[in-house]
Amino acid sequence: MSKRYPLVFWTGFAVVMALLIVAPLVLPEFWRRFVTEILIWGLLAMSSDILIGYTGMVSFGHSAFFGLGMYGAAAALLTVKPPNLWLAIAYGLVGAAGVALFVAYFSTRLRDIYFAITTLIFSQIFYVIIFTWTEVTGGENGLTFSRPRLTIPGLYSEPFDSTTLHWFVLAVVTASYLVLRRITRSPFGMVLQSIRENEPRTRAIGYAVERYKIVAVMLSGLFAGLAGVLYAIQNRFAAPDFVYFLVSGETVIFNVMGGIGTLVGPIVGAGFFLLLRETFSRFFTEYYLIPVGIIFIAMVIFMPQGLLGFARRWLNR
Amino acid sequence: MDAVVAFLEAIPYDQILIQTVNGIVTGMILALVASGLTLIFGIMDVVNFAHGELFMLGAYMGVIVLANTGSFWVALLLATITVALIGAALQVTTLRPLIGRDPLTTILATFGISLVLQNYALWAFGPVARKIQEPFTGHFTLFYLEYPWYRLFIAGLSAAIIGAFWLFLKYGKYGIWIRATTQDRVMAQAMGIPVPWVYTFVFAIGAGMAAASGVLFGPLVGVNHTMGLDWVLKAFIVVVVGGMGNLGGSIAASIFISLLEAYASIWVSPAQAVIVSFVVLVLTLLFRPTGLFVPTPK
Repeated sequence: MSKRYPLVFWTGFAVVMALLIVAPLVLPEFWRRFVTEILIWGLLAMSSDILIGYTGMVSFGHSAFFGLGMYGAAAALLTVKPPNLWLAIAYGLVGAAGVALFVAYFSTRLRDIYFAITTLIFSQIFYVIIFTWTEVTGGENGLTFSRPRLTIPGLYSEPFDSTTLHWFVLAVVTASYLVLRRITRSPFGMVLQSIRENEPRTRAIGYAVERYKIVAVMLSGLFAGLAGVLYAIQNRFAAPDFVYFLVSGETVIFNVMGGIGTLVGPIVGAGFFLLLRETFSRFFTEYYLIPVGIIFIAMVIFMPQGLLGFARRWLNR
Repeated sequence: MDAVVAFLEAIPYDQILIQTVNGIVTGMILALVASGLTLIFGIMDVVNFAHGELFMLGAYMGVIVLANTGSFWVALLLATITVALIGAALQVTTLRPLIGRDPLTTILATFGISLVLQNYALWAFGPVARKIQEPFTGHFTLFYLEYPWYRLFIAGLSAAIIGAFWLFLKYGKYGIWIRATTQDRVMAQAMGIPVPWVYTFVFAIGAGMAAASGVLFGPLVGVNHTMGLDWVLKAFIVVVVGGMGNLGGSIAASIFISLLEAYASIWVSPAQAVIVSFVVLVLTLLFRPTGLFVPTPK
């Protein structure tokens, strides 16, 4: 990394931010929603990058964190009157953190493929519970609720429209990105990366690897839960479909398509995937996953470093 | 004392016996699915996410062949062979380029395959569940139930297929090649065993076994495009509980978990009975992370 790197990085960051801030003002309603959705899924993908890209653990269970964030937000919005935005976020984060603690405690005992399968099965446990516990979760139909007002306590209160919602989501995702970037560059993040590179050696140096892994899973789960809360607020419902493991699979797809271990890559991957889905659903209707799946397999084989890694390598040539 | 008597009388013995039979039947089918999965993992470190879709494809092939020929046995045979060939083709095109990379990339590739196959099935066959007619419809009386012979038959046939496969691994020339590759692939290659083709062959066998179980299980439930998902998850649980890559362990775990689920569904709904197998998995991971049916590592 050259000396000019921070300058280039922050310039790029400012340009992208400016584009995303202006986006809802110029885009038609459909694409405004679309960009907001990319940001939300991007946050989910970014959260799982902490595990996949930085700690070397592929989680197939992020739908559980995402879903619990959704249902947590739903709980706050349905039980507390009037619905409060910050309470929804708090409930969602608590829900996701609880699940993350449970999953982390058991699944970090295993590594590689076993970790992937265990997280997958844990997310299915929560899916079954949510799906069958109809009195509380609404079962198959899920829960619907109204969107809270955008409030800053004591200062400001106004109902969301699609533009302010976009800005709100953008603010949350940007803040999460900066926090995660800071974390991955902190000594803690360095330990995570050293676990990825060589776990026995990290343990031999004296780090409590298991504890670091548990914290990593919980951190990742918290941000995934945050994404769930945002999605619940955007769509005003919580449904068991979002706890199903296909969502976890899509999260991994976003990561691989965008480029793991880059934080920005997963957001790019989410955008790329959603664009592909949008394009192909015009021709293939609900069967869009056939071409998208084929593209994904081809990318796993031929472009394992993802779009961002590919672009970086191409630029450096 | 009265409490004990009351408790003993409250146990529904007839239901328990019925559920034991049910559990063994599903357990044998599950064992057929899981042994393919564990074999593929044990030999080439591939976690085959698409295994449930091969099961589903097998069932659909069964539906098609049955509609055209009218014979269940021809359907069983042809579906097995076709899906085995499809499996071989998938292995050559998508998994062979990944040999030598991180095993995790194989999860990703097979997950992609599973999405494609599942949506292909939805596209080609539509969302309405199809039915496979069972080859014979005799019943016998089990307490108050008319229990179909067919269920017992599939348990027996699954056991026979697994047994034949085990004999093949033990005594067949190619079976010995497969075992040699599992033990030491570099050495196997040096001895002249075409390791890449062994991989393809094993994947084809696993796919064929999944397809056969799909056809056999088809008459009990409808055939639709999502039927593979439940099975692949259950098979994953079984493979982890039984010990990854351990054939005997997977079979034991299949029956164990199916029995537990069958007993649990006496008291709770079948959807919730799944949680029992999740609990078994969690306990296994806590106390025996290498699998229940593996000798303790020294």
